Amino acid sequence: MRKLLRRPVFLIGLVITLALFAVALLSLVWTPFPPTKMNIVHKLKAPLDFGFLGTDQFGRDVASMLMVGAWNSLSTSILAVLLGASVGTAIGVVVAMRRGWLELVVMRGCDIIFAVPPILSAMMLGAFIGSGRFTAIIAIGVFMVPVFARLALGAALQIWTRDYVTAAVSMGRPKAKITLVHVLPNISNQIIVQVTIQLGLAILTEAGLSFLGLGMPPPTPTWGRMLADAQTFLGQAPWLALMPGLAIALAVLGLNMLGDGLRDLLDPRDNS
Amino acid sequence: MPGRAEGGDLSTHSSSHFLVASPLPSSFNFGDISPSRGEISGSASLMISLLIRRTLSLAVTLLIVSLLIFTVMDLLPGDPAAIMLGTSASPETLAALQKQLGLDQPLPVRYLAWLAGVFRGDLGQSYTYGVPVAGLIGERLAVTLPLALIAIVLSVAIAIPLGVQAARKHNGAFDFVAGLFSYISIAVPAFWVGLLLIILFSTMLGWMPAGGFPGWDAGFLACLKALILPAVALALPQAGVLTRVARAAVLEVMNEDFVRTARAKGLSEGIAIWRHAVPNALVPVFTMLGLQFTFLIAGAVLVENVFNLPGLGRLAYQALSQRDIIVMQDVVLFFSALVILMNFLVDLAYLVVDPRLRAGAQ
Repeated sequence: MRKLLRRPVFLIGLVITLALFAVALLSLVWTPFPPTKMNIVHKLKAPLDFGFLGTDQFGRDVASMLMVGAWNSLSTSILAVLLGASVGTAIGVVVAMRRGWLELVVMRGCDIIFAVPPILSAMMLGAFIGSGRFTAIIAIGVFMVPVFARLALGAALQIWTRDYVTAAVSMGRPKAKITLVHVLPNISNQIIVQVTIQLGLAILTEAGLSFLGLGMPPPTPTWGRMLADAQTFLGQAPWLALMPGLAIALAVLGLNMLGDGLRDLLDPRDNS
Repeated sequence: MPGRAEGGDLSTHSSSHFLVASPLPSSFNFGDISPSRGEISGSASLMISLLIRRTLSLAVTLLIVSLLIFTVMDLLPGDPAAIMLGTSASPETLAALQKQLGLDQPLPVRYLAWLAGVFRGDLGQSYTYGVPVAGLIGERLAVTLPLALIAIVLSVAIAIPLGVQAARKHNGAFDFVAGLFSYISIAVPAFWVGLLLIILFSTMLGWMPAGGFPGWDAGFLACLKALILPAVALALPQAGVLTRVARAAVLEVMNEDFVRTARAKGLSEGIAIWRHAVPNALVPVFTMLGLQFTFLIAGAVLVENVFNLPGLGRLAYQALSQRDIIVMQDVVLFFSALVILMNFLVDLAYLVVDPRLRAGAQ
């Protein structure tokens, strides 16, 4: 515990991330006002004037929308990162097991997928299958696959050089079994750290997609679309552009700090 | 500053430039997937053969990317002609557009025809604009390219001094502030920074235009004025990443022999660092810049939409809302090719910048 307290980055990251999850979960059962309920009489009210953070152009409560936005952003991002992490890690450890030409092909493939930013693949997907949560998850998740494939491959290759793995190989253990018993558990720390950091990136990307109207359709509140809507009222109600951005930045900051903190905590090399 | 990740630790794995290209440069070594610097030694012929190999692999990668995007667009449900025309089109119009787009041909034929067009500089015809897509891309590039360049220059200009100073005052107050700057600038969305800049400099102070682009005919200064706020918004997240990389790189180099020798020669620490440590730190900084190019493009798409700039990103967005599939396909291909080319250039830059490789080439 004392060790934890000496790691402010980890602690701050943990607190912000837990708060984010708490708000997101709370929004499922309670928000100050119904987040999609319009109340034109009270439109564009300043913070504390009406509700805690004011209202938007339709008189909807900003605080309630932000809370629901946290859930929407987080759930989309988590699904996307889980998709990327599971597929990518699977590819990485299998390639580390087989090596040879497969390694070359997969690495080139990773370069290629990584060359298409998720915003653009979401646009392509959106044109054909329509935009929405599914499109966002696929676009972000596919982009994450090469990140985890490269990470898992690099980490797994290092494990394959360890003495205990060499011993297992010489004892005639099947490679698939070695991967499951020795490789995966030993690279899981690095994967977990990367999941945390990529979650931050996913939230940023999801916000960007929603901002462009490529995320979940209205009236579902998302942080990105709240910012897009706010842009119309920058002169009248600049505060509308403040809160959703702060929410995004805080969420990403928390996850990045948590990821960095976790890396320090889990990496024995840095414990000196 | 206890507990802070040591600047993303490029330091421990300097032989591997195959980093996770997430906004957080992190300490992962991907094995020796790409040829590491150490392998490349010896004669100039080796260097040339390496160059040829890399160029060939670049060409193959580009071909595969084009094929991939072409195929994916083909496999996706929905007929491009029907999507472009909407629901109200008559069967005759639909058939005509299908024929015009060559959709009645099999996929390999269409792909080869398109590829042949690319080599002639013909990317097809935009459905909504009724002009060649190549010209459209060129026109929009005249906005996006300067925007990206200013953003890159800005981000490096912020990151190098910050990173160097943070490394010199390692664990001190300045290091802490620089670390905080990195954390925050990486976390804020570029398009939100754009909105804040508009609120501050356009709405409140009235110093800058809130968006739009006067066109290069209006003069250099007017254009610069239109591009500077978007470029700042675009540069900030990059600067955060690069600051970490620069700090880690200088920290690593600072204790190496040549810097110690320079100090022993009587050069002041400042000069020793700027003459010897910084040039070496530039290698990882520019590598990261290359690897971050995907994010720069994604940021440009968003920032151009915030500032209503008629660039490539806005073109992609407009093509989406107007269901101009051909333009979208070409812009996506163009951006992807650009990213791949950047990574290729980073590889080449290694050959030029790294003294050990230069020595091998002579």
